[in-house]
Amino acid sequence: MPRPRPEPVQVVKQRRDAALSALVHGVPYINFLGIEFERRGDELTAILPFDDKLIGNPLLPAIHGGVTAGFLETTAVIGLAWSGLWDDIESGQISMERLTEGHLPRMPKTIDFTVDYLRSGLPRDAYARARVNRSGRRYASVHVEAWQDQRDVLFAQATGHFLMPSKDD
Amino acid sequence: MEPDKARMAEHFINAIPHCKALNMRLTDIGAGKAEMELPYDNKIVGDPETGVLHGGAVSALMDTCCGAAAMCHPSSPSGTATIDLRIDYMRAATPGQNVRTKAECYHITRSVAFVRATAFDDDDSRPVATATGAFTVQRK
Repeated sequence: MPRPRPEPVQVVKQRRDAALSALVHGVPYINFLGIEFERRGDELTAILPFDDKLIGNPLLPAIHGGVTAGFLETTAVIGLAWSGLWDDIESGQISMERLTEGHLPRMPKTIDFTVDYLRSGLPRDAYARARVNRSGRRYASVHVEAWQDQRDVLFAQATGHFLMPSKDD
Repeated sequence: MEPDKARMAEHFINAIPHCKALNMRLTDIGAGKAEMELPYDNKIVGDPETGVLHGGAVSALMDTCCGAAAMCHPSSPSGTATIDLRIDYMRAATPGQNVRTKAECYHITRSVAFVRATAFDDDDSRPVATATGAFTVQRK
């Protein structure tokens, strides 16, 4: 049987980017912090552009530990949801109309989240990537790394456990 | 704790830009203890379908409250920084309700303050989240 002709690259990219944007921009808290995501294939990088309202210690100044935690948790949840949705996005099974209208799929729920603060967050942009170490039917474990100027110099890392939305409802 | 120290801690919290952006309030502070409140706000919602607040906003509240408890411990430092913080999310905070948290610095050494906190909404009998953390003790 001949291989079906691949979709044009613009169509594929447009569908992936629209799905990601709906996932991210539908959440008020993510918009409040100003977090954006960059995509290369299925790899996501979260970006937290620096803003004065993110400061936790005005003397240094340094990013608030709660902001770092929120940034890493957002990176973990979006990364986990994204990896779960990937097959449906690729096959076109997911309804892009419903998604862009703001009907988001049910998201994983955080059970616990542990942040390891390695150095103070400087008043610069921050970046983070999540790695799904295990994603079962009910539970998932995700690790996140965050850095600023140098990729290998992390300012925080975190591990979280998540309850997966049940597939049958 | 001396009233000066309480005032200093309160002044410090109120000067934190991120806490101001979230309209957090310090409601009580004493020897190694602190209580804070986070008003419900649509802009910090994590689930737009239900209106439940995002865990990150609760993290910011608990981190600040734990830091305040560490700072106002009688044998403590002027400043502090979070070494690690673990948050357990027991249930979703009820939409429309404020989140309140109580933190306690239950042990302190020359280098480390050990702090735990519990967060509630209007229902005092069922916690929304608990946190445990280690904070730095700055040498004078």
